[in-house]
Amino acid sequence: MSNTTVKPEQGSKLSLRAGKLPKGATWMVAIGSIIVAIVLGMLMTGGFNIPLIALLAGVLNFIVLYAWSRTVEGKRKATDRVATTLVTSSFVIALIPLISLLWMTLVRGGPVILESPTVLSRTMEGMKGIYDQDYVAGEGELLGGFYHSIIGTVLITLAACIISIPIGVFTAIYLVEYAGRNTLGKAITFLVDVMTGIPSIVAGLFAFALFGTFLTLVDPGGIGSAKMGISAAVALSVLMVPIVVRNTEEILRLVPMDLREATYALGVPKWKTIVRIVLPTAISGILSGITIAIARVIGETAPIMVTAGFARNLNWDLFGGWMSTLPTFIYDSQMRPTSPGVAAAASSDRAWAAALVLIVLVMVLNLIARLLAKYLAPKGAR
Amino acid sequence: MSKQIEIKDLDIYYGSFRAVEGVSMLIEPRTVTALIGPSGCGKSTVLRSLNRMHEVIPGAYVDGSVMMDGQDIYGAGVDPVNVRRQVGMVFQRANPFPTMSIKENVLAGVRLNNQRISRKDADDLAERALRGANLWEEVKDRLDLPGSGLSGGQQQRLCIARAIAVQPEVILMDEPCSALDPISTLAIEDLIAELKNEYTVVIVTHNMQQAARVSDRTGFFNIAGTGKPGKLIEYNDTEIIFSNPEKDDTQNYVSGRFG
Ligand SMILES: Nc1ncnc2c1ncn2[C@@H]1O[C@H](COP(=O)(O)OP(=O)(O)OP(=O)(O)O)[C@@H](O)[C@H]1O
Ligand SMILES: [Mg+2]
Repeated sequence: MSNTTVKPEQGSKLSLRAGKLPKGATWMVAIGSIIVAIVLGMLMTGGFNIPLIALLAGVLNFIVLYAWSRTVEGKRKATDRVATTLVTSSFVIALIPLISLLWMTLVRGGPVILESPTVLSRTMEGMKGIYDQDYVAGEGELLGGFYHSIIGTVLITLAACIISIPIGVFTAIYLVEYAGRNTLGKAITFLVDVMTGIPSIVAGLFAFALFGTFLTLVDPGGIGSAKMGISAAVALSVLMVPIVVRNTEEILRLVPMDLREATYALGVPKWKTIVRIVLPTAISGILSGITIAIARVIGETAPIMVTAGFARNLNWDLFGGWMSTLPTFIYDSQMRPTSPGVAAAASSDRAWAAALVLIVLVMVLNLIARLLAKYLAPKGAR
Repeated sequence: MSKQIEIKDLDIYYGSFRAVEGVSMLIEPRTVTALIGPSGCGKSTVLRSLNRMHEVIPGAYVDGSVMMDGQDIYGAGVDPVNVRRQVGMVFQRANPFPTMSIKENVLAGVRLNNQRISRKDADDLAERALRGANLWEEVKDRLDLPGSGLSGGQQQRLCIARAIAVQPEVILMDEPCSALDPISTLAIEDLIAELKNEYTVVIVTHNMQQAARVSDRTGFFNIAGTGKPGKLIEYNDTEIIFSNPEKDDTQNYVSGRFG
């Protein structure tokens, strides 16, 4: 018997093999392009011009990767690599503003909180420009703070939740479980869509006008006292309700009809089916939807300004007096610094610290939403 | 337990579409009745009208009467919830409650219907129902694990256990084996044969051998064309339907010479 070895013929139709770039080729090309781009950029401008270098690196990366892949792997794979690179770079570009925003807040706000942690526990009550001037001149510590704004944010958001979560969730239950395709259901869906598009300042004006109208009925000169925490909470609710309705509705529609039918077939009334089967199945989604809605309104500025004013002191009372929230504190600090001139930097520092706290709050809320979705989701594979 | 069902001149509608027309049949207690026929002829529709599940679909309604031991389930003042407590149902796709454990699934009907039940009674009931569904041996060590973690066939038997745990009079099954392997199918067919001792069983199936094996009487449904209502063509003892039916259509269908 002769020993014949079959050699894979390159280019033969039967061969399943194809040339392939070495593992990690994409990264090698990317890093190589960046290094070459830095060198080229330095040579061309004599300095470190980031936009130019990024552009050069991108173009180089494309050309080299395509050419290399084309020669080794053929046209189809080369096109695939180009597409992958395009998608990845779009993602990176989309990420740039986000990362730089976070970075900026961290760099400007972080040191302030670390060096003067008292900004977290003090209010602006009794603050004078002279203190800030001392601080900027290096003769005193940073006084003032936004404890009152943290409390205001928490109270107003909490009140908004208490108002809008029941309304939103019940509306969604009505739409999914009871309305079917009836006229009322269609009307509600339409109105919710409209509400989603309401500019937040309009929601604020609405809430202020609402309370103002009621208060003038009691006391003709009382319109000013409509500026209070609860008006702000109502304004935020107007913004929150449509989000909660939409999210909850979507989740409820995902609960399979099978489950409801299985429950009906056991002779369980409809309301109990909803309470005991549908809601528990959907609870993780509903809660994370609510959390996202909170995260969305917690940073609202305009509606708070027209409804709760700008408080400098701590106010626990939602039903009387102005209140401050983190966004309005930031706005106020930037627009009307405690001290004019150079010492405005002190107000700016406090604003950045408040911004950092706000971002952390929102991130924590989003994290909670993810955890809820993960741990409350029905167990077991389906 | 177990009741007689008498369907009288039943028309079933989805909105303005008449899906089934003029069905009349008498189903005796403690028998297995199979409904067969081509796809879309209205077997599921008829089955779901027997426990008033049909009207769960918006716009759906029936015309005619279904007497259960002499009482019209579509009569005035009859609460569909009470009907469903007496007529259990098993669906084509197993649908255990994903948020509940195996045991909770079995007890769901009792618990959701607000019946207070002691721990001991609950355990007993769960065991009885699971034994009744031939599932006990397979799950007795993991009663507290999620029901959705079982295999398809086990899930289907779990659904049967859930249906019999509320002690209905009648059990309806809509293609209970269509998603199962031959062994699970056999297990369920054996189970149906046992259920017959206590319940009135009505089963929809596409599997002619299955109808022949498990049922005492068989109803053959057919449809004249798309958009036309389905009709009950012939209803008789299973042996007669499969060996010597009256109508040619039935003969063609059961012998596989259809169309
Ligand atoms: N929810 C519904 N809305 C409107 N029409 C429906 C609905 N469900 C079923 N139909 C129609 O009713 C007729 C009977 O359907 P049915 O589901 O009872 O058929 P079937 O005999 O069970 O078929 P299969 O063997 O495929 O399950 C069909 O024409 C179908 O299109
Ligand atoms: Mg069917």
